[in-house]
Amino acid sequence: MTTAIRTIDNGVNVTALLGAREALAQAPEAARFTWRASCDWNRGTHSHHTIEGFHGLGEAQSHRQRFTFDTDHPEVFASEDHGPTPVEYVLVGLAGCLTAGIAAVAQHRGIQLHSVKASVEGSMDIQGILGMDSEVRNGFDDVRVTFDIDADASREEIAALVAQSQKRSAVFDLLTNPTQVSVRLA
Amino acid sequence: MSRTPSRRARAVTAVVIGAGHAGLAMSHHLAARGIDHVILERGEVANSWRHERWDSLRLLTPNWQCRLPGLGYAGPDPNGFMTMPELIAFLDGYARRTTAPIHTHTRVHSVYPGDTGYRVITDRDEWHCRAVVLASGACNLPRVPALATALPPGIASLTLHDYRHPDALPAGGVLVVGASASGVQLADEIQRSGRLVTLAVGDHVRMPRRYRGRDIQWWMEVAGLLDQRLDEVEDLERARRLPSPQLVGSPEPRTLSLGTLAEQGVRLVGRLAGLRDGHLQFSGSLHTHCAAADLKLGRLLDTFDDWARTHDRDATLPPPERFAPTPVPEKPCLGLDLARGEIKSVVWATGNRPDYRWLHLPVFDRKGRLRHHGGVVDAPGVYVMGLPFLRRRKSSFLHGADDDARELSAHLAAYLVGPSSGETNRLDARTSFASALD
Repeated sequence: MTTAIRTIDNGVNVTALLGAREALAQAPEAARFTWRASCDWNRGTHSHHTIEGFHGLGEAQSHRQRFTFDTDHPEVFASEDHGPTPVEYVLVGLAGCLTAGIAAVAQHRGIQLHSVKASVEGSMDIQGILGMDSEVRNGFDDVRVTFDIDADASREEIAALVAQSQKRSAVFDLLTNPTQVSVRLA
Repeated sequence: MSRTPSRRARAVTAVVIGAGHAGLAMSHHLAARGIDHVILERGEVANSWRHERWDSLRLLTPNWQCRLPGLGYAGPDPNGFMTMPELIAFLDGYARRTTAPIHTHTRVHSVYPGDTGYRVITDRDEWHCRAVVLASGACNLPRVPALATALPPGIASLTLHDYRHPDALPAGGVLVVGASASGVQLADEIQRSGRLVTLAVGDHVRMPRRYRGRDIQWWMEVAGLLDQRLDEVEDLERARRLPSPQLVGSPEPRTLSLGTLAEQGVRLVGRLAGLRDGHLQFSGSLHTHCAAADLKLGRLLDTFDDWARTHDRDATLPPPERFAPTPVPEKPCLGLDLARGEIKSVVWATGNRPDYRWLHLPVFDRKGRLRHHGGVVDAPGVYVMGLPFLRRRKSSFLHGADDDARELSAHLAAYLVGPSSGETNRLDARTSFASALD
């Protein structure tokens, strides 16, 4: 196993991850993270978002740079389409989370990845958000992720990577389980 | 035994708490080492099996596998599965061969550190001893999620200790929460009673009762999985938390799976994730959990097939087989409004945990779990038996008690001799294995 870890490289520092697990077991309070995003409305359905700081390991942390994003809606929604819709960012989040998990698990299991491609679809009935039918929910009623993975492993081993990545995915958990959300005025 | 609640202290070298299979097995090995001890039992021998299990329950292990130190199964049906009365008779018979005194109807109220070891205070006596063996069981308290308290009035709520048989449930639909052995067994018999069952399924372990003509426990044993030691698994925490496999002991061996339950009309839903304003919320992860369990079953069967091949058994065994993937509903139900009246009762098959509220020693971690290394508790001279994967995968089974008791009694004996023997109570699991196996 150790030889395998040395000879394969998915660009994941598994030793650091396992070390973090060990360190956090001694100081579980440091494992509490808070993620932040700030949003500034521009006009219409267009908003501008900034992500920079977060909290973790007991102190304020920061990304290496400030990241900015735009959300908007496409022209079929009578919008100006300055950016993806918020629900598309959710799909990005899910794919990014699962794929990062696959890379980490593959590294840990000594599996060399060559390519990992995911296509993500979320379907919804917009009668919900348009308030046309109270029995239709606003959000996705179905989310489908399809992975196409080229790796030095059997199909079963690759399936096991995908299964394990779901088990340890924050965004998969967020989408499949209820979350307490509070929205209030500053 | 006098019933006077006198507090005169009695001295003994070791006190074993609990006269179930684990305590009796430990007593056998302590006696073999000439260590004087008593067994204290809150009720009768096999008390949990008598009073804290449902009526139809049978052991998940076949009779031939029901071995205790110095005793094998000698009955007429080695491939059968013991009912609770049969198991109780088996353990009663074993207890009669025990040479140490068993003080039944003697409840331990507290264990404190003492001058020369420990003070064990019961509702009858006080014992002073150098060593204590906790064999009080792994399933004393039902584990019920906090959201159970949010169930609206009028919905019956039963734990694994409350449930006896389906006819004690109110008429109407039943939500069974949890799909380990207990959850699938209860879903099966409740559905057969005519009540429509919804089964909330999270992480689970799928296993056929028989594979290639043999009981699955035979495969687990011969392939060495049951003997796997705690230093041989990658993630011991995970191994200890693993849900019990979806197995049932029945008069005729049969496989109980989410697939067979779905065929019976049981509605499969995801893990119960929330209960808000009378609405049950089920996780959207049903497919994930089922796919993972199917994959793991495939890997387990691969292990068995590899074993058969490398041990030249392929010629004498039926050929390998693989089982159909678990049929997951295309659109699993994600929420249920309890006000609709579909569900009249909820059975929490969400596991059990040991009860150590009487153990007044600094041996618990931040989550209240007993700190121990392979049964050697973090207090000198204190040992525990019978917990899941205590020292081996088989530790929580009847037949797992023998090896654990042999090794832990060796550690206990060395502790009694004192540090001059080179033993300390801080031995890690690996070292204690080595010392016990020499």
